[in-house]
Parts: sequence; structure tokens; C-alpha cells
Amino acid sequence: MREELVLRVGAKVLAPFIVAFALYVHFHGDYSPGGGFQAGVILVAAFVLLVLVYGLEAVQQVLPPRFVQACAAVGVLLYAGTGIVTMLLGANYLGYNVLAHDPEHGQHYGILLVEAGVLITVFGVMATIFYHLAGRGRSE
Amino acid sequence: MRIVDHLPILQVVVPLVLAPLCALVRSRRLAWGLAAAGSVSSLVVSLRLLSAVMASGPISYAIGDWAPPFGIEYRIDVVNAWVLVVVSTIAAAVAFYARVSVQAEVGDRRIPLFYAAYLLCLSGLLGIAATGDVFNVFVFLEISSLSAYALISLGRDRRALTSAFRYLIMGSVGATFIVIGIGLLYATTGTLNMEDLSEILPQVWDARTVKVAYGFLAVGLCLKLALFPLHLWLPNAYAFAPSAVTAFMAATATKVAVYMLLRFFLTIFGAAFSFGVMGLDRLLLLLALTAIFSMSLVAIFQANVKRLLAYSSVAQIGYMILGLSFASVTGLTATLLHLFNHALMKGALFMALGCVVYRIGSVHIDAMAGLGRRMPLTMAAFVAGGLSLVGVPLTVGFVSKWYLILGALERGWWPVAVLVLITSVMALVYVWRVVEVAYFKPPPDDEPIAEAPASLLVPTWALVALNVYLGIDAGRTIGVAEQAARTLMGTAP
Repeated sequence: MREELVLRVGAKVLAPFIVAFALYVHFHGDYSPGGGFQAGVILVAAFVLLVLVYGLEAVQQVLPPRFVQACAAVGVLLYAGTGIVTMLLGANYLGYNVLAHDPEHGQHYGILLVEAGVLITVFGVMATIFYHLAGRGRSE
Repeated sequence: MRIVDHLPILQVVVPLVLAPLCALVRSRRLAWGLAAAGSVSSLVVSLRLLSAVMASGPISYAIGDWAPPFGIEYRIDVVNAWVLVVVSTIAAAVAFYARVSVQAEVGDRRIPLFYAAYLLCLSGLLGIAATGDVFNVFVFLEISSLSAYALISLGRDRRALTSAFRYLIMGSVGATFIVIGIGLLYATTGTLNMEDLSEILPQVWDARTVKVAYGFLAVGLCLKLALFPLHLWLPNAYAFAPSAVTAFMAATATKVAVYMLLRFFLTIFGAAFSFGVMGLDRLLLLLALTAIFSMSLVAIFQANVKRLLAYSSVAQIGYMILGLSFASVTGLTATLLHLFNHALMKGALFMALGCVVYRIGSVHIDAMAGLGRRMPLTMAAFVAGGLSLVGVPLTVGFVSKWYLILGALERGWWPVAVLVLITSVMALVYVWRVVEVAYFKPPPDDEPIAEAPASLLVPTWALVALNVYLGIDAGRTIGVAEQAARTLMGTAP
């Protein structure tokens, strides 16, 4: 599909909006359906589109396989780390109340942080799986 | 809050945090260090939990400070403290054993990821045991199962891939059945907290939904714990997994599944419902006896020693379920004792086999000819583990068989007691086959084979030593198991 001008330009235009929508789904997860998991999947969709149009190698230069694998681990660390921080601040595991000056803000920050962890991990795992499927039959 | 108050969650979180670190570091030695640190810290935490629970009763921990039954509660009583100790003891032994064994059997590039999966599996198993929320049980079950499939597929033999895939299919069916059961319970009662469920369920015993949920849970759990005839995934999965994984899975995964069965059917549904209304004891008695007898028979005719021990594991699970089917405190004590004791003996046996694999690369019975003289310490460990498996006095195997037979006689089921004795002789036959080949057959050629390295032998012998020590000084383990059995039957003082 390398010569299809419409597809190439279309994908290029769409990709940033897909990323923005992913972030919207993530940050609006408190008030509407959505959250880290859905946001992570949408975020990967942007890159899947780019792989389909520009090819695997081009996308892997921007988003190396090592990086997405690391994402999968970092997200879990962020999630579990938030819990440990709340423990160190004197609450129970994942007790967000202590994360800010008042409990309401604490809950808000806490849920955003763990959902960010979910987003990063889902993004990393989905991208890794897609890279493996897309790269089948090629030498590693 | 003091650190002691956080013990129930630290148990699960420490391995969970170390697992992604393992995946990030990309250094074999560092990854192993993290895995060993995680396993040892779990052991320390679980021992402290057990002593705290024995001294001052159940501990409750509210995740995120949401009070139960609305939030997720971690609730540690004698039963799960006991299971936590079982799992983390084996995990600690396997972690030290794994350094050399895994390096020999798993490709270099995959080793850090191997330890990440190992820690995830550990944290999943500990999570199942620690939580007091049925949906949380399912989540941790998936964590431990998915990482277990990955661990098994890393075996050297290509057949490891098909056996891991088979396990994945069967395991997913089991997990689906379990989550359907949990969903039906939630639909009827509107709660997921175990204690809350156990209070509400007696009011809705007659509802068909509850009975259907019971059926789904029974099938799903029995698949996970490999009760005959739902054991078909187990022999190949154990036979083709890397040695350290086999030792770990055989000693922990099915034990935790047995714990889930006990927790669901005795704590949540209650002994009165399980034994009185549903007639679980009669069903389990039949299945357990068939499992013990048929699988011991199959084990006798295996040529691959790892498979032989895998079939023997299915038979031994039968013993645990047999204890449950007596529907008495003595029977349950036998179940809980055997849970620990079987973990110790199978852990030791599979580790000894791992030493054999390390040196000669095969566990076919013919390849083991003359090994008794060439690897004396390894084979001595195998013999000691085998004796424990048979149930010879002064080993832990004797203690659990003793309680099983007591339980059978208490119910007046002397034929069952006789069958337990007969199947012990069958265990002697399959252990003897290996001993005979290793000690009384000349080695096939004169190629010298060295004894396994100390880093493999020390953890193996540590488990053998526990087999003997706890077989002689059994008072403490029996005390804990008895108290746990009373808690489960609802007759705790």
C-alpha cells in the first residue's frame, strides 16, 4: 500500500486524532465509560493503522519492540507502585485518600495513576502481540 | 500503621512488583536475585502470618481502605495461612534450585522473562490463598494460570508447546466454569465477599441458581486441581516443563486449587450444604478412590520417570480429596496435612529428577541405569522422597496416611482403609522400578557421570530433610492442620 496517496495521507491525519481520543477516554474515565484498558487499546489502534499503511519497519523505528515490551512492565510497576506509596503514606494498599491534601482529590489522583498504569501495560502488551503476529515469518 | 499490619498484602505485592522488574533488567543474574528475594520474603511473611493467626485469630485487611463487604478484603485465617506457608516454602526452595537448572534448560535470552513469569505465578498463587473476595480469587487464578502456561511452554522438548497449549485449553474451560459459578452466586446474593456470602447463602439454599452455581464451581475447580477424570492436562504438562517448573507446579498449583475447593465448598457454601444437601461427599469418595487406584496403576507402567511421578500426583490428589469426602475433622486434617506433605515429597522427587536431567539430559527409565553409583546423593534424595511417597514411618507420608486411615475407620469404612494400604504398596512398586534400575543395573557405558552440582543438591536435600524432620516431629504441623480443619468445618472453638 506504499503507493496509495490517499491512504498514506489519511492515516497520517487520523493517527494523532486516535491518540488524542485515547487520552480523552483515559482522562474522562472518571465521568463516562472508559478508562485505562480501553484507552490502551485505542492507542495501539493508531499504531496498527500506521503499520498497515507504512509497513512494520517504519513504525518499529518510531516505536521499537524493546520499548513496547518495557511499557508492559512499567505499567504494572506504576500500578503496584501507587499502592506502595499509599502504604508508605500511612493508608492501606491503594488507599488513595492520602495522596493529596483532601481525600476527594486523593481518590482522583490515585485512580488516574493506576489507570495510567493499566493504559501503559495494555498498550505495551497489545503492541507486543501485534508486532509478533505482524512479524511472523521474518527473521527476528 | 505498622508494617506488620500490611503483611497480608505484602505477601502478594512483593512478587508482583519484582516480576516486572525482572522483565526490565535483562540480566540473568539480577533477575534470578530478584526471584530469590521475592520467594524468600514471601516465606518470611507467610511464617509471620501463620504465627500471628495461630496466636490471635483471623486478620482482615481492607484494600484501598474500603470496608468489607463492599471493598476487597484480604482475610487470613489458619487455613489460608497454612496454604501460604506451603506455597512459599516450595517457592523458596525452587528459587534457589532454579539458578543452575533453568540456565541449563531454558534459552539465555528468555531467562529474565522466565523469572518474571515465575514471580507472577507465585504472586497469583499467594493471591488466591490470601484473598477473601471470590472475584479476586478468579483474577489471581488467571494470573497464576497464564504465567504457568508460559512457564511450561519453555521446556526443552518441543512437545512442551503442545502440552502447554492443551493445559491452556483445559485450564481456560475450568476458569470459565469458575467465573460462571461466581457470577451466578453474585446474581443471587449481590455480594462477592466470602464471609458475606457464607451468611447469605443459607437463606437461599433452595434456589436453583445456587445449585447450578455449585455445579459449575465443582467442575471448574476439579479441572484445576486435576481430579480424575479431569486430569488429562496434567501428565504431559508436568513431563515436558523445565525441571524447576515441574517441581514448583506439582508442589503448589494443584494444592492451591484444592484449597479453593475447600474454601468454596466448606467456608462459602458451608459443610451442611455441601454434604447434607448436595451429597458432595459420596461423589468425591467415588472419584477419589478411582483416581487413587487407576492412576497408581497407570504410573506403574510409565517409562518416562517424570510422567510416572505426574500420574502419581493425580493419585495423590485423590488422597487429598478422599480426606475431604470423609466429611469429618479427622478427614480434613488428613487432607490439609497431605497438602503440605505431598508438596514436600513431590518437590523433593521432581528436584532430584531435575538433577538427573542436568547431568544426563533424559528421564527415561533405561537412561537411569546404574545412576545409584554415579550420582549417589541425587538418587539417595530420590529414594528418600520415594519412601515418603509410599508412606514409610518416620517420613511425612506416613503422617498423612495415618490420619487418612484414622478418618476412614472413624466412619467405619474399613474397605477404604484397606484400599489406602493397597495403593501404598502400588506406590512402592513404581518407586521400586526406578530404584531397581538405578541401583541394580549396570550403567550402559563407562562414560563417567559426575554428581549434580551443590546448588541443585542443597535445595533438594533441604526438602528431603523437611520430609524426615516433619515426619518425626509432626506435632506442630498436625496441630495447625487440625485447627484449620476445625475452622473449615465450622467447629472451631
